[in-house]
Amino acid sequence: MTTLPLSSTPAAPAPPGRGAASGTARRSRLKPWAPWAAAGGSLVLAFLVTLVAGTPSFASVVALAAVFYLVGLTAWSRIVEGPRWATDRLATTLVTFAFGLALVPLISLLWTVVSKGSKVFSLTFLNTNMVGVFGDMTEGGVYHAIIGTVLITAAAAAISVPIGILTAIYLVEYGRGPMARGITFLVDVMTGIPSIVAGLFAFSLFTLIFGPAYRAGIMGAVALSLLMTPVVIRSVEEMLRLVPNELREAAYALGVPKWLTIIKVVLRTAIAGIVTGVMLAVARVIGETAPLLLTVGIITKVNWDLFDGLMTTLPVYAYNQYSQGGAGVDRAWAAALTLILIVMVLNLIARLVSKFFSPKAAR
Amino acid sequence: MAVLSPAKTTKLTSEDEPAVKRSKGGIAGRLFQWLSTAAGLTILVTLAAVAGFLILRAWPALTASPAELQEISWFKADSLLSYVGPLIFGTLLASVLALLIAVPLSVGIALFISHYAPRRLAQGLGYIIDLLAAIPSVVYGLWGALWLAPVLNPIFEWLTSSLGFIPLFAGYQPPAKNILTASIVLGVMILPIITAVAREVFLQTPRLHEEAALALGATRWEMVRMAVLPFGRSGLVSASMLGLGRALGETMAVLMILSPGFLYSFFLLEPGQHQSIAANIAAKFPEASGLSVSALIATGLALFVITLVVNMFARWIISRRSEFSGAN
Amino acid sequence: MLGAAKKERLHMSKRIEVNDLNVYYGDFLAVEDVSMTIEARSVTALIGPSGCGKSTFLRTLNRMHEVIPGARVQGKAVMDGQNLYADDVDPVEVRRQVGMVFQRPNPFPTMSIAENVLAGVKLNNKRISKSDANDLVESSLQAANLWNEVKDRLARPGSSLSGGQQQRLCIARAIAVRPDVLLMDEPCSALDPISTLAIEDLMSELKNDYTIVVVTHNMQQAARVSDRTAFFNIAGTGKPGRLIEMDDTSTMFSSPSQQATEDYISGRFG
Repeated sequence: MTTLPLSSTPAAPAPPGRGAASGTARRSRLKPWAPWAAAGGSLVLAFLVTLVAGTPSFASVVALAAVFYLVGLTAWSRIVEGPRWATDRLATTLVTFAFGLALVPLISLLWTVVSKGSKVFSLTFLNTNMVGVFGDMTEGGVYHAIIGTVLITAAAAAISVPIGILTAIYLVEYGRGPMARGITFLVDVMTGIPSIVAGLFAFSLFTLIFGPAYRAGIMGAVALSLLMTPVVIRSVEEMLRLVPNELREAAYALGVPKWLTIIKVVLRTAIAGIVTGVMLAVARVIGETAPLLLTVGIITKVNWDLFDGLMTTLPVYAYNQYSQGGAGVDRAWAAALTLILIVMVLNLIARLVSKFFSPKAAR
Repeated sequence: MAVLSPAKTTKLTSEDEPAVKRSKGGIAGRLFQWLSTAAGLTILVTLAAVAGFLILRAWPALTASPAELQEISWFKADSLLSYVGPLIFGTLLASVLALLIAVPLSVGIALFISHYAPRRLAQGLGYIIDLLAAIPSVVYGLWGALWLAPVLNPIFEWLTSSLGFIPLFAGYQPPAKNILTASIVLGVMILPIITAVAREVFLQTPRLHEEAALALGATRWEMVRMAVLPFGRSGLVSASMLGLGRALGETMAVLMILSPGFLYSFFLLEPGQHQSIAANIAAKFPEASGLSVSALIATGLALFVITLVVNMFARWIISRRSEFSGAN
Repeated sequence: MLGAAKKERLHMSKRIEVNDLNVYYGDFLAVEDVSMTIEARSVTALIGPSGCGKSTFLRTLNRMHEVIPGARVQGKAVMDGQNLYADDVDPVEVRRQVGMVFQRPNPFPTMSIAENVLAGVKLNNKRISKSDANDLVESSLQAANLWNEVKDRLARPGSSLSGGQQQRLCIARAIAVRPDVLLMDEPCSALDPISTLAIEDLMSELKNDYTIVVVTHNMQQAARVSDRTAFFNIAGTGKPGRLIEMDDTSTMFSSPSQQATEDYISGRFG
């Protein structure tokens, strides 16, 4: 179908009725259904071509059809509408393809994780640990890793959230002049610290103080808090700046001191946004692997003590099982599924909080 | 009618006190201000501590003689500098490739969301792209090593057999555990960061500029090229730098996908050629002790400095831009 | 009952004397050398062209200008013998005695109507019994002529009201703290004519109990509601605003002593 215009003579452009000289010449345009026709034609053609060349697979048909569509529609439009509109159509197609292409990794990733992860994913998987699991045994689970991840992430949040919120308050409500500008800049710089460097920092700090063999969950928590704090600061700062100044003035005019105004009016008004920001920050660091690999390592059983001994976390567990190979790979996928579920639930809760608890009039 | 009932409310007023003396609340207020300022200063102290502790722990390796360093089992270089050199090269190569993949795609996606997709859908589409940022890096590693590598295998085979005369594509050996696979995964990982910034910048294009272009009879693409892209150029540069910063420090995807090597090599499809600083640290750290820890921390220090420079450059561009355009 | 209430309130309304007051933003002199007396239990209107410093001056009467970074004041503002700018005076205490209503109604979006009225009490961590709170809500809303409209929906958010109602809610919120003076910064400029009328009526009632200072762009409004009027003017951009003259409203509008005042009032500029 799409190839039809290709074969038609290129020397038949604009409709002959009106001369190109006329300033108000009506432009001949492709019909609205043209892109759809081109898409359908490309798919059919691509299928036929791959059938001739060998066995058609979904991916190869789609990829080939995309190329046909791109060339076919542009050529068709060039013939009927002229070069400017052909370029416009080409750009539209490319931009749309870019978005479609981005969906490929997302969908394939989610699909792979769900399909491969569900192989050993079960309630038992969630509440057993890895004690006594070796060789090709398919038993074992992530209970200890979930506990470790929750403890370490909670500790990281306990460090980052107060510092983050107070820093944001400083930047929005008190900070003036070079010091505030400097801190803003440093927060930006901190956002860019590689996670492995955060891990090295926590390792250096604790082993210098407690001796070279010291390993504990708190080391991982400190590393994660280094990554989490700038994220918390940024989102809280944004939320505080959204609170209209009129509300602060209203409180001041009632004789409310500044600090109470901040706590009871500004924070109260922004609370939904702050909770959302904190949850997103938690979701961001809960999947961090590298710093935990360096600091808290991995063990087979539950460790409840944040201040003593190795701990297992979900991401490190997934990596560890992957590198062991064999039956471990299935457990790695299942751990990845668990992790993604936790992250998605956190994201979902965060969106719901921001949707239902933000004050309506402030928008 | 409109008169305050006096009976009970009088308690609330401070009639007995002198009119407007300083209240006790001042202490709490100052404490609160002091507390939040202290939190702000923590950021400063923390960054200084990161640099300080890394230097402190890297110091033994920085000052050790090559002979001492070569006692480390994996240290096969003349000096620390010649050890970290190929690592820096590998890190930069992987990140730049990732950037080459991600930037054009991100621009396309951002344009699609900001100027092509229906307004009502835009926010939801943005959220879908943001989902990519929510996926943990270890999952990307799994996906890259176990799903993407087999998928890329036939493509790479075709590349090396038909374009193998170009050194870039020569010498492919399955499985696809080479730097190009790692870079593709890195590219996907930084896609949402660049897209998010680019989208914001594109949406800030003054409507007047866009309408002026359309009023001149421009097509949508011409409008984008005349009004949107020039306006967003510096924003795009800084977005790319942020993405680069992220790619430089990414550990797991490289660690799980790349089969490592320590060469200055442009054979993108050959395994055992490259390694990144972060992945190298993660691979060797668990077994390291003594001087080898210091040596690894020294490479980490190099990574820290590189990302710091890249990020500061990005921020500098952003701040310059906001000063000039009046938009933030 | 009514009489008793009046007596109870009498001492609360206070007069303010301002002497040689200068207001600066950083190094920029915004308002120069203002001296005036604001009488108790009356409405004083501040009029003048945009940017003449009347709003800035109004804010200095409860030290709200200090919220703006770099703003400072020289001179004296004395309220019943107490200089508001003396060293040992807490600006927060000043604001409890000199309430303020803003240009745009700004009820707290997270609070209900009743909570908004109680905001001054609650935000200051003061304890108040339930029945006292209910009384305070009712009396303040009645004083703001809003009680009958909202008494059935006190638990609804303050933002659910119309603009004019929101502004009266803000007035109720301001008088629930029981200030001596009420400052109003163009309180009707964001409202429709009917809501404006309601606020103007309210001002005439409130002046029995409060000292009211109102900034307005609307000269008919100044003429309708105020007892005394002060005219501010500015010589040009970058120059400070000054008080040109102040007199009884009837005098100001019939036979002002300054030509500039007459030009402004008769609409020749501004």
